[in-house]
Amino acid sequence: MTRTHTLAEPRVMDDLDQLEAQSIFILREAYRKLKPLSLLWSLGKDSNVMVWLARKAFMGRVPFPVMHVDTEKKFPEMYAFRDEYTKKWNLDLLLGYCPPVEEIDPSLPPAARSAARKTAGLAAMIDKHKLRGVIAGIRRDEQATRAKERVFSPRGAGHRWDVRNQPPEFWDQYATPYEDGMHIRVHPLLAWREIDIWRYIEREGIPLVDLYFAKDGKRYRSLGDQDITSPIESNAATVAEVIAELESSKTSERAGRAMDHESEDAFERLRVAGYL
Amino acid sequence: MRSSVSVWRGICKMGDHIATQTLSEAHRAAATPIVIVGHVDHGKSTLIGRLLYDTDSLQDGKLAQIVESSRKRGLAVEWSFLLDSLQIERDQGVTVDSTRIPFRLGSREFVIVDAPGHRQFLRNMITGAADAEAAVLVVDAQEGAQEQTRRHAMLLRLIGIRHVIVLLNKSDVLGFDESKIVQAESDVRQLLGRLEIEVEAVVPASARDGDNIASRSERSAWYKGPTLIEALANVPPPASRLALPFRMPVQDVYRFDGVRYVAGRIERGTVRAGDRLTIGAQGQIATVAEVCRWHAPELPVAGAGESIALRLEPDLVPDRGDLLFPADDKAAAPERSARIRTRLFWLRGEPLRVGESFTLRLATAEHDVTVASIDAVVDLDDLTLRQGDEVPPDGFAEITLAASHAVLFDPFSPGFGDGRGVLVDRHQRIVGGAPLIGPADLEEGVHAIHPTASRISAGQQAQARGHKSGVFWLTGLPGSGKSTVARAAEVSLAAQNVKATVLDGDTLRAGLCSDLGFSPEDRRENIRRAAHVAKILSESGQAVIVALVSPLQADRDLARQIVGEGFHEVFVDTSLATCEQRDPKGLYAAARAGKIPEFTGVSAPYEAPLSPELRLGADRTESETVSELTGFVLRVVQP
Repeated sequence: MTRTHTLAEPRVMDDLDQLEAQSIFILREAYRKLKPLSLLWSLGKDSNVMVWLARKAFMGRVPFPVMHVDTEKKFPEMYAFRDEYTKKWNLDLLLGYCPPVEEIDPSLPPAARSAARKTAGLAAMIDKHKLRGVIAGIRRDEQATRAKERVFSPRGAGHRWDVRNQPPEFWDQYATPYEDGMHIRVHPLLAWREIDIWRYIEREGIPLVDLYFAKDGKRYRSLGDQDITSPIESNAATVAEVIAELESSKTSERAGRAMDHESEDAFERLRVAGYL
Repeated sequence: MRSSVSVWRGICKMGDHIATQTLSEAHRAAATPIVIVGHVDHGKSTLIGRLLYDTDSLQDGKLAQIVESSRKRGLAVEWSFLLDSLQIERDQGVTVDSTRIPFRLGSREFVIVDAPGHRQFLRNMITGAADAEAAVLVVDAQEGAQEQTRRHAMLLRLIGIRHVIVLLNKSDVLGFDESKIVQAESDVRQLLGRLEIEVEAVVPASARDGDNIASRSERSAWYKGPTLIEALANVPPPASRLALPFRMPVQDVYRFDGVRYVAGRIERGTVRAGDRLTIGAQGQIATVAEVCRWHAPELPVAGAGESIALRLEPDLVPDRGDLLFPADDKAAAPERSARIRTRLFWLRGEPLRVGESFTLRLATAEHDVTVASIDAVVDLDDLTLRQGDEVPPDGFAEITLAASHAVLFDPFSPGFGDGRGVLVDRHQRIVGGAPLIGPADLEEGVHAIHPTASRISAGQQAQARGHKSGVFWLTGLPGSGKSTVARAAEVSLAAQNVKATVLDGDTLRAGLCSDLGFSPEDRRENIRRAAHVAKILSESGQAVIVALVSPLQADRDLARQIVGEGFHEVFVDTSLATCEQRDPKGLYAAARAGKIPEFTGVSAPYEAPLSPELRLGADRTESETVSELTGFVLRVVQP
């Protein structure tokens, strides 16, 4: 077949195009291979990007339920955002709640104990809906333990992450072992960095809770529960300003998350038990 | 067969035939992934820590964290702590999994993949290394290439890393002596030459002290080559796949609001509305009616790397795995063969043998394949090819796969998605990488068999039956009670809704094995057949109880190999005296009278199992033994 120069040429893909294409591929694999499947929507920036990518993958819709595991300690702005965009994006929302903190392992440091509530709430949702696949928005650059993750990460009985015995994963082939009580965590954003997320939000015009933007010299860089997340000093009031701020900063994104700093291995212990 | 010149002699040099086109510099390119590999303790993690420090890529606070962690353990600053961030790694002092760390050189971004050097962790290294554009092979200048150096180099070749830089680390130990370092360089170059790996640069360096990493060392004034950072900056950007003939493996087909979308990621080439495409091995032809995206600039064209959806005219429904390719250009068609030569890196804990069946995953396609032959196995001591019956764990080989139908594929080519075969077992676990070389010709006189495997996975079987399967191999002297116990356990299991089948020696010998006698060869053949039948029944989801004297450990090991996972050796440990006293069939008496030659326990040996999974002791009553066996089976099949 001969082609003339008048035909349009394909766009040269930049880094965001490549990340997007890879994430769409991963989401489509998950949808094809894992049923029932659900996407964890924490209402934060990363999970909004993930919902957006799912809509890209499935021509404007999310063909599986999204799940919000509520600690009931989120910021009021987040609940308002959830209700607004569940409607606007036509999402099938599953709601789950977390057990009271008294039921959680008292040997954990306080903030980690609070985070472990979320793990318990998530585990209950996975069991209740018999989920085989859970899509989660973690990224390798967030935290050293997450850097070791697989895109398809099998969780054994009791939802435990066997960090010493992870399957090989290469050439875009994802293992989908199945035994009773197992599920697979799918991580479409693993290769994204914080700056990529923000640049993609800007490019696509993805809506966010406005807690991310500076008010009175402070903004949230990462959103957890009200009692274990603290804002950072910042004057960045728009997406573009946040990007500019990140480009000049070298502070860790999760610096405002108390549980990461309580002991050297606190975060790894949380993740082995099923925390994101 | 041995060849010492090149391990992959006779195979076309991959990638050379493909037109390359560099991407424009104007847009923001994706980070270049660099994998760092090498033998344990040759200094990989230290190198990464140093690179990040020298290129000012550390987050604020990281340096303080390393200093604090090192101090707590009474050590000087330990660069490798930066990466060994998992607690277990720090405690054991080894990197257990790969990690990715971004860093920047000028305007160019890189991602470092740290791969562990411990040999049992090869699969983690592959996970890290498979997407890399370039590799840094760290070699201790004094120790030279070691076992893992060779293994990692071989893997770089097999997964298709195009650019390799060698770092001769710890060159300070040799005092940066020119003649010693030139010798070390020549040794490494010779090794990599055997693998047809073209080395971009060999850099004498000390990662700990920073010599020739980011800045030129005064201790090696004689060295005129690049520093590591200069060598990395020279790695060309990935070759473009846009100019190649179009390929899109169908990932899925959706129907939303009455519209059918054929979804997939373009492996190479471009596709435009109006193009005529052939669909998979069936060869139907359709025209692209529309290139569909959501919330993206409308373009009637898409290129390699894009995840898109197509509307086809006529509105055909391809299967997942069908390859779409240009319909009107015969030269642009993929290879087509039911027998394929592949290379192999083998990741399963047990060896690979001829006759084993797998699913070959090729992009989104899945094909039932059987290992038709193991053509050569790589000897890792000297990287030569040898004849071999099996591929050991973490081994490398060339094998031939036979599929039940013709497979469409493009031969493997480094840096491209073509021919990236992966072998998956029936538990959906990835057990090997199989870069496809090309169609295999049938040798004259060879009967080409194309076995098929069940499409029902072990998990689906278990779900349908309500229990898992397993093979329980009862061994013991004649008259020890194997068949009696097996038949009684069969009844108890049925009462628990577990489908069990008993294969006992006399019953098999009455039919399937009636052509066999009792010579060691015939006994072995008897066991081989029983094991294959047990495997088939087990794959259909049953609990299989085999009751065979099976006197030799080697023969029972053969059965274990044939059955594979789910094999349980059960020793019915009744003493010779008791068996002889019971003698239910009068066989011992006949053997003692010389009427039965080669009778186990009397005139032929019995090798008791040294570590059976279950031992049924002689001091129990029959009903105790039956409930012990039943309980063991239930624990296995009803976890």
